[in-house]
Amino acid sequence: MQIVRSHVLICGGTGCTSSNSPKVIEEFKVQLNLNKIQDEVKIVQTGCHGLCAEGPIVVIYPEGSMYTMVKVEDVKEIVDEHLIKGRIVKRLLAGDKDVQDFTKSLDNVEFFKKQHRIALRNCGVINPENIDEYIAYDGYKALGTVLTTMKPHDVIDTLKISGLRGRGGGGFPTGLKWEFAAKQKANQKYVCCNADEGDPGAFMDRSVLEGDPHSVIEAMAIAGYAIGSNQGFIYVRAEYPIAVKRLNIAIKQAEEYGMLGKNIFGTDFDFNLEIRLGAGAFVCGEETALMTSIEGFRGEPRPRPPFPAVKGLWQKPTILNNVETYANIPVIFLKGADWFAGIGTEKSKGTKVFAVGGKINNTGLVEVPMGTTLREIVYDIGGGIPGGKKFKAAQTGGPSGGCIPVSELDIPIDYDNLIKIGSMMGSGGLIVMDEDNCMVDIAKFFLEFTVDESCGKCPPCRIGTKRMLEILERITGGKGEESDIEKLELLAKNIKAAALCGLGQTAPNPVLSTLKYFRDEYDAHVKDKRCPAGVCKSMMHFIISAERCKTCGICAKNCPVDCIAGEKGVPYVIDQEKCIKCGVCMEKCPFKAIFKNA
Amino acid sequence: MKSLDELEKIRNKTLDNMSLRSKDKTMRIIVGMATCGIAAGAKPVMNSLLEELRRRNITNVSVTMTGCIGVCRLEPIVEVIDPSGLKVTYVKMTAEKAARVVAEHIVNGRICLDLTIGEAEKE
Repeated sequence: MQIVRSHVLICGGTGCTSSNSPKVIEEFKVQLNLNKIQDEVKIVQTGCHGLCAEGPIVVIYPEGSMYTMVKVEDVKEIVDEHLIKGRIVKRLLAGDKDVQDFTKSLDNVEFFKKQHRIALRNCGVINPENIDEYIAYDGYKALGTVLTTMKPHDVIDTLKISGLRGRGGGGFPTGLKWEFAAKQKANQKYVCCNADEGDPGAFMDRSVLEGDPHSVIEAMAIAGYAIGSNQGFIYVRAEYPIAVKRLNIAIKQAEEYGMLGKNIFGTDFDFNLEIRLGAGAFVCGEETALMTSIEGFRGEPRPRPPFPAVKGLWQKPTILNNVETYANIPVIFLKGADWFAGIGTEKSKGTKVFAVGGKINNTGLVEVPMGTTLREIVYDIGGGIPGGKKFKAAQTGGPSGGCIPVSELDIPIDYDNLIKIGSMMGSGGLIVMDEDNCMVDIAKFFLEFTVDESCGKCPPCRIGTKRMLEILERITGGKGEESDIEKLELLAKNIKAAALCGLGQTAPNPVLSTLKYFRDEYDAHVKDKRCPAGVCKSMMHFIISAERCKTCGICAKNCPVDCIAGEKGVPYVIDQEKCIKCGVCMEKCPFKAIFKNA
Repeated sequence: MKSLDELEKIRNKTLDNMSLRSKDKTMRIIVGMATCGIAAGAKPVMNSLLEELRRRNITNVSVTMTGCIGVCRLEPIVEVIDPSGLKVTYVKMTAEKAARVVAEHIVNGRICLDLTIGEAEKE
């Protein structure tokens, strides 16, 4: 008996016949004969499938693929692709046309449409614990090309042309940094990676290390070649156990493959990489403190100059770049400096990863070209603000950055524009705030963080930020005086001018930027003893509307401190002295009779 | 590693494996296993997938992990890629949902539409 491997069912019903199915059948016969598979594939003319509007209909078994609106020209493709190669011709499938608006895969989700993934290109795509998959996505090709075809100064020139700037916050041109270190004459130089991501809310470095550790390793080896170093250190915080584990695996695999070690790609270039674990101090993300910590001392910054490119780790010339900066580098060498320089704005090239959080629907990691507006990030990619609330501000740059108000929503985001409006890029945390956030409270939150994390080496930061926090606590506690705002401004100015390291110098930014754009909120707290957003507890009281109260007593039953009194027929009243402002009564009231009077 | 040619060989070999041009694998399952995924419960999901495949004696499906794709709020995320390259993204997975995906999608070829990212985004 003849064995047939496939059946092609072609509808010969009236509907399909009138939309040309006989010609399609003829063409199938021609194509099958042409490919000499007429004995393996059987053509069956069937009756009506009931989907006449989509005819002619062709169904192929054993797969059961249903192709609709098949034209004579499509037949060759179906025979070549499906019957010979076994690949279903997706564009002709019934389902794909029918449920076009149905999003099955994340590739077609709105969230990704405006994104441009360079640093995150492999995150969520490859298996980070498998070097082969990295290589499959062009991994280590940049290193191989650099080592075998380029001189160190060509590498630096390429980076300079690309316009890449440091993604850790400051935005210093990476090519220049490398050039300074390359020019130093020394018997030993070092390449360091800053993976001590400390900004509250930022986690792009962790994601890169967890999702694509080899891209950082490859870029660090390129850096070593460019500046003449054979030793690298990755400084990563111990709170990132998965990142550390995957980095270790990646380094081991790279060593086995000869991407690290001696005579890489058959050249005389050697490069070794070690991991140093940080204990999670925020200050260790500052470059000089980080290097002091790698050396085994307490992580404290030191004055610059000398800059690390001259005297860094163990007094030797050292470059330090951030994880995201490194993740961009292999792509620059694969696709060319001009390609990279073609993305972004005039002075900020490429893309930036933001960790978007706070009052926004789509929290997560986004990578957008420089120059994308905040509005696009918040509304198009971020999906807007939950509950239809109004956008109030976005905080970028963490404790070193500031708040961007609604009036600046349309400013193209790049390094220089952010500084112009009193914030900074920082490592890329982006916290969205709505009308329910109190800006004074936000400033206080970041000051609390800096006070906690101040290393204590220099007085402006150690004492100055503490004094600022005390004033903010006074203001939010309802005891602010009119002179307090001036005092805040004066302290901020002096700390900025006098602190030893970048962290101290930028610590007043959250206060300064909220003062700049939300002065009225400070005034309301100080003069009217009122918190417009209803956040600061000291100025908040809950009131039961006597008119609306149906005297059900549910609020009194739920009050944890029994401060609500009343009885059936008599409206309930809150004892303001005893009230702890937990808000449970307001939440539980079935008649919405309780109001937060800020 | 001695040369770019050597690198290219590894690249092509792995690409072949990943795109399932080899005959023995029919589908690929990828589980997001970065901090966000694991915190959301990717480990039980992964275990459930492996257990369900083992119970059904399915050996021609590869299960691997990957990093953070950026939509952390929808983790744990599981992607199923069929031989034609068609990718289906399942979100907010649990061990039970993972077992269902194996039974319906992997074994019977029916996509669990209600678990896909498109459905989750409609809410």
